[in-house]
Amino acid sequence: MQSHSSNPDQRPDHRQGQSLAQRLANPTRFMELSAKLLPAFAGAATAVILYGLFLVFFNSPADYQQGETVRIMYIHVPSAWLSMMAYGLVAVSSFGLLVFRHPLADVSAKAAVPIGAAFTFLALLTGSLWGKPMWGTYWVWDARLTSVLVLFFLYLGLMALRSSLEDETLAAKLTAVLALVGVTLLPIIKFSVNWWNTLHQPSTGFTTSIDPSMRWPLWIMAIGFSLLFFAMHMKGMRNEVLRRRVKALRLADVARRESAPDPVAAE
Amino acid sequence: MNNFLTLIARDLKLAVREGGAIGTALGFFLLVVAMMPLGLGPDLKLLTRIAPGILWIALLLAALLSLGRIFESDADDGALDVMATSPMPLELVAAAKAAAHWISTGIPLALLAPVLGILLNLDIAAYPALIATMLAGTPAVSFIGAIGAALTLKARRGGLLLALVVLPLYIPTLIFGISAVSAVTLNMGAQSGAFLSSFLILIAISLASVVLGPLAAAAALRIQMQ
Amino acid sequence: MQLVAENLVIERGGRVIVSGVSLAVQSGEALLLTGANGAGKTTLLRALAGFLPLLSGAVRLEPADDDKPLAEAVHAIGHANAVKAHLTVKENLLFWARFLGGEAGAAARTDAALNAFALTELEEFPASYLSAGQKRRLGLARLVAAPRPIWLLDEPTVSLDAASTASLAAIVNAHTRGGGMVIAATHLPLGLERTREFRLQRGGKAA
Repeated sequence: MQSHSSNPDQRPDHRQGQSLAQRLANPTRFMELSAKLLPAFAGAATAVILYGLFLVFFNSPADYQQGETVRIMYIHVPSAWLSMMAYGLVAVSSFGLLVFRHPLADVSAKAAVPIGAAFTFLALLTGSLWGKPMWGTYWVWDARLTSVLVLFFLYLGLMALRSSLEDETLAAKLTAVLALVGVTLLPIIKFSVNWWNTLHQPSTGFTTSIDPSMRWPLWIMAIGFSLLFFAMHMKGMRNEVLRRRVKALRLADVARRESAPDPVAAE
Repeated sequence: MNNFLTLIARDLKLAVREGGAIGTALGFFLLVVAMMPLGLGPDLKLLTRIAPGILWIALLLAALLSLGRIFESDADDGALDVMATSPMPLELVAAAKAAAHWISTGIPLALLAPVLGILLNLDIAAYPALIATMLAGTPAVSFIGAIGAALTLKARRGGLLLALVVLPLYIPTLIFGISAVSAVTLNMGAQSGAFLSSFLILIAISLASVVLGPLAAAAALRIQMQ
Repeated sequence: MQLVAENLVIERGGRVIVSGVSLAVQSGEALLLTGANGAGKTTLLRALAGFLPLLSGAVRLEPADDDKPLAEAVHAIGHANAVKAHLTVKENLLFWARFLGGEAGAAARTDAALNAFALTELEEFPASYLSAGQKRRLGLARLVAAPRPIWLLDEPTVSLDAASTASLAAIVNAHTRGGGMVIAATHLPLGLERTREFRLQRGGKAA
């Protein structure tokens, strides 16, 4: 094909034949929908987490080995789970931006990164607090902790790259490329960290079988944290959409002020 | 293919004529390795044990310093734009430039490593393994590094950002590079088996990055051309 | 042969720079792109070269050549010269002659281009020794070193003196006389033959 042309699917005014995802990707529709959904998500997250905390503190046993420390797990495990899910969301959004050019894909990726980083940090923090009584030290180079630490570095890289590029469109696309590179390499990194760990510490004695009495509160907390994540993500996306609208208005203002005929145009 | 070799030859010629870059990377490599005993104490047993790790980490840092060079000058003087109008796809342009970086920086660093091993009391028997792993692992350093170099081309604080973006991606290379050399120096049980498995995985990582690196780097370059 | 651009809309950094521009250049014709600073001349030229994604519209060569993408029929001369200070003048040009035009006859094309831009005397010197005007000529010499039908020139006369500008005009005229196409963004009347003016207004609309 000897031409370069735009993909007709990405023209702004093609309303017909849009998929559900495309209609949801319309920023105006998103703002309408999220305005209704956000209070519901936030309320549900609060209720479920409060119920979960009640179960954790008053209705679950202390571990026969770990004692009361085991209650840290109810924060730690959902945070660790969300740290990965958020990265998955960033990767999917990045793919959506680069391949389908959804107008909301970058908004979603941008909003998810700091929240994901925060949960990753929480997972590291709670892991290390739990480690002090268990291992006698705040940090051990356990395979999981190390993997989560690397994930945290990947989040930091994404935030640093975005913040150091002036042009927002450029920043969005380059960050998306990095996110996809990260998600491609993540399994290899995880595999190599596990290999490294077994090489140096043949057994950590860290088992994961959970007593059924602990499983239910853990599930409740995981659901509550996920709802919290979605509420925060939605709020983050709304902020970003609003920020972009303000920016667009101000740019339009600059353009209007410039449109008055000026001497240079007479060249 | 002709264009591919033409581009590699040109980049190598430029690397030699500009001179400073390779020398700086080698000097940095030497300095980091020489600082280690000053920080850790002159205990030769300890140094022998951690020599593979020190050499690999110092090599990564030295290579990191020179990564920016891969695309920088061609982006600044408009050569990348012109290359985009050539019959050669940008992926191959990125691959040729990463390959030139490997030849001009990766190979000299790998060949300097045994000399620095002397400073760390590295067992002579480990030298073949050290050179082999470094030659096998440095393509990953150049080709993954090319991704970072392409991503940070127009960024403020490019150099520091490059380190932040690329170093986590080097973890697999680092782990298997060190474990292959350690398998020889520490005389771990079934020595040849332990070396070989790490070494083969290291080669696999390098091959994978030779494919992934140019794809991602070219995507990043195209975005920045806009 | 003609180059056709239809209804181009180009956005950069969230702003529409070129909106709804259509143009066509016939074989043997030179189009002079004029307009104030910020009217979108550079953006339009870069889009024609295929560097920028189009929000809508299309650029194509008629009749289409199915073997080659449009980018390979185009010489894009931008503000930067793509000249390497550490290579000699000849090495610089020979690289582009090979890279853009293939191995066959690259040396002869390089010599012809050096001659056309009065650089033969300087061919053994490193490009770092050249003045700004000489570097510009070396950048422009790509046009002759690798034959391509469409020349996209963005302010080609920057740093050129009167004599060099005149010889550039002669080279461009020879190109159009031979059936080539030229689109040039320039503020100077180059002394080109067979030209048509295409004016861009602020806001990237055709005037």
